[in-house]
Amino acid sequence: MTKSVRKNTEQYLHLYKQMVRIRTFEENANQLYLNAKMPGLTHMYIGQEAVAVGICEALDSTDRITSTHRGHGHCLAKGAEFKQMFCELLGKAEGYCRGKGGSMHIADQDNGNLGANAIVGGSMGIATGAALSAKLLGTKTVAVCFFGDGATAQGLWYEVMNMAALWQLPVIYACENNGYSEYTPTSEIAAGSLKARAEAFGIESHKVDGQDVLAVHALTQGLVNRLRNGEGPFFIELETYRYHGHHVGDINRSYYRTKDEETAWQKDRDPITNFGRWLEEQDIASSEELSEIISGIHAEAEEAVQYAIDAPYPNHDEVDTHVFAGVKHALPYISGDSNGS
Amino acid sequence: MDREITHSQAVNEAIAEEMRRDSTVILLGEDVAEAGTPFKVLSGLVEEFGTERVIDTPIAEPGFMGIAVGAAMTGMRPIVDIMFGDFLFLIMDQLCNQAAKTHYMSGGKLNVPLVVRTNLGATRRSAAQHSQSLHALVAHIPGLKVALPATPYEAKGLLKTAIRDDNPVVIFEDKLSYQMKGNVPEEEYLIEFGQANLLREGNDVTLIGTSSMVQTCVAASDLLAEEGMSAEVMDPRTIVPLDERAILESVRKTSRAVVVDEGHQNYGITAEIAARISEKAFYHLDAPIIRLGAMDVPVPFSPALEDLTVPTPELVAEKALSICRGELVHDA
Repeated sequence: MTKSVRKNTEQYLHLYKQMVRIRTFEENANQLYLNAKMPGLTHMYIGQEAVAVGICEALDSTDRITSTHRGHGHCLAKGAEFKQMFCELLGKAEGYCRGKGGSMHIADQDNGNLGANAIVGGSMGIATGAALSAKLLGTKTVAVCFFGDGATAQGLWYEVMNMAALWQLPVIYACENNGYSEYTPTSEIAAGSLKARAEAFGIESHKVDGQDVLAVHALTQGLVNRLRNGEGPFFIELETYRYHGHHVGDINRSYYRTKDEETAWQKDRDPITNFGRWLEEQDIASSEELSEIISGIHAEAEEAVQYAIDAPYPNHDEVDTHVFAGVKHALPYISGDSNGS
Repeated sequence: MDREITHSQAVNEAIAEEMRRDSTVILLGEDVAEAGTPFKVLSGLVEEFGTERVIDTPIAEPGFMGIAVGAAMTGMRPIVDIMFGDFLFLIMDQLCNQAAKTHYMSGGKLNVPLVVRTNLGATRRSAAQHSQSLHALVAHIPGLKVALPATPYEAKGLLKTAIRDDNPVVIFEDKLSYQMKGNVPEEEYLIEFGQANLLREGNDVTLIGTSSMVQTCVAASDLLAEEGMSAEVMDPRTIVPLDERAILESVRKTSRAVVVDEGHQNYGITAEIAARISEKAFYHLDAPIIRLGAMDVPVPFSPALEDLTVPTPELVAEKALSICRGELVHDA
């Protein structure tokens, strides 16, 4: 074991915990759906944990991210708590967005999460705008735009990459390539190379194993440091895999991918299993210690789920609050009652 | 002290004053800097505020609109210049799915204080993709405020209010009126949203006109006066929020209403205002409410055809007279 490994023990364990937190959250969310306790549906991040954790651990809480419909992982990796997240998923008043956003719109402004987005590619402009603010205000903060391979087909990406490159904005475009654009293999929707598309704008681009949390983290940390010194933007393609379907109801997937493929990724390339094994090999943690971490997080999740189930829904009079900032109730306001009350 | 300046100068002054007052106000759009837009409305701003705050963008409306939304969420107050109102269709996702809903979806945690400055109005012989009046489209979306200045005075006062608002505001200028002159005080002022302006008092009919149609209604009231009818003329100034009370008060007094707006009549602003009057002042009405919007066809190029599509003072007066005289006959 090298000295640097020892020095970073706390950080390594933190990376592990964060990945386990995401997986545990998602397993519980899936169960809530299966038990018909969650309104609507949701998109599981399981399998992609190393991407969110590797990137967000390289950021400060004042750095901004934008997230996607598959956004629970980003939200947790950026520092969100189980209770408020489960409350949001169940539409409860104590949720991060007072139950008004739900799974696909979780935002956590205090930790720099500008929100999940239910329009594929919809947040590419927002992340780029956050980077513009950072540059104009001189805050030295950076922005990371998470999106999937499916979103690379949206024209918006090319428009904002062009401007980010022209204006040298501190933003990382992080493409989580999980191989499938909803129910369609990426090879059928993406011509040429994704990396080459970013490179066409003169944007420095990288491809990394998205299942290797240390590789993701090291790459991102280096790029973030350079962004803070005025370089950028950057593009990263992260090769990853989602174990579940496009959403929780996508159970029969044989028409677009094989069971063998799913099994192989889970068996050979699971980010948590592989990193756990590495922690043991490096003598950073024993398997018992890792099991303890997992059971602690499971208990925390169980408590948070119960808390959210028992938590109250928003009062009915909240239905027209938060439509406009500075206006208590939107319905009287739009008819000319200036107090909106 | 009052002085006369053009609508275009009023807009320029509003932006310059707000940019001096608040360093987070920035301007983004196509040819907004040295060119000062094709209408030359923004001339001189880049010289004062520099290219960091007056930002020329590529021709990529969804992209720079999205960037403005993100900048607004993180501390700036962007003014987005959409060169022609017709190009609003290009930014619909960023404006209506992102900007309009962010405050609500985040449970009030995130604000999007931005202004989209654009325009409306036909009869510039610019055909179907440079002549539309699309304010009804955005007024339909909860979370957006919509302002329709009709004079240089309103252009300045409403824009300054829009820039200071913590919400996304879409402000439509009448592109035919950029050179129109009007009284604008030297002193600073703001115009509160949701406060209609009563331009003429009258007893026989209320003419409610927006933006380009305000002057049309004023001219129509002159024609009506020649016929011995006195028309009240009202300019709502903003349609979200809408000063319903002022409109209803006037209609309760006159018992008749003609609503005139340059957006298409079908499912438009005129329908909305007419519906509110009929719901809330029905028993005060002596006649059906008349709607006059732009004709429900794409705006034609040929002057001979284009002029048929926009309500004129003569048409407004004719319709108003017909309800004042009880001549309006419904098809069986």
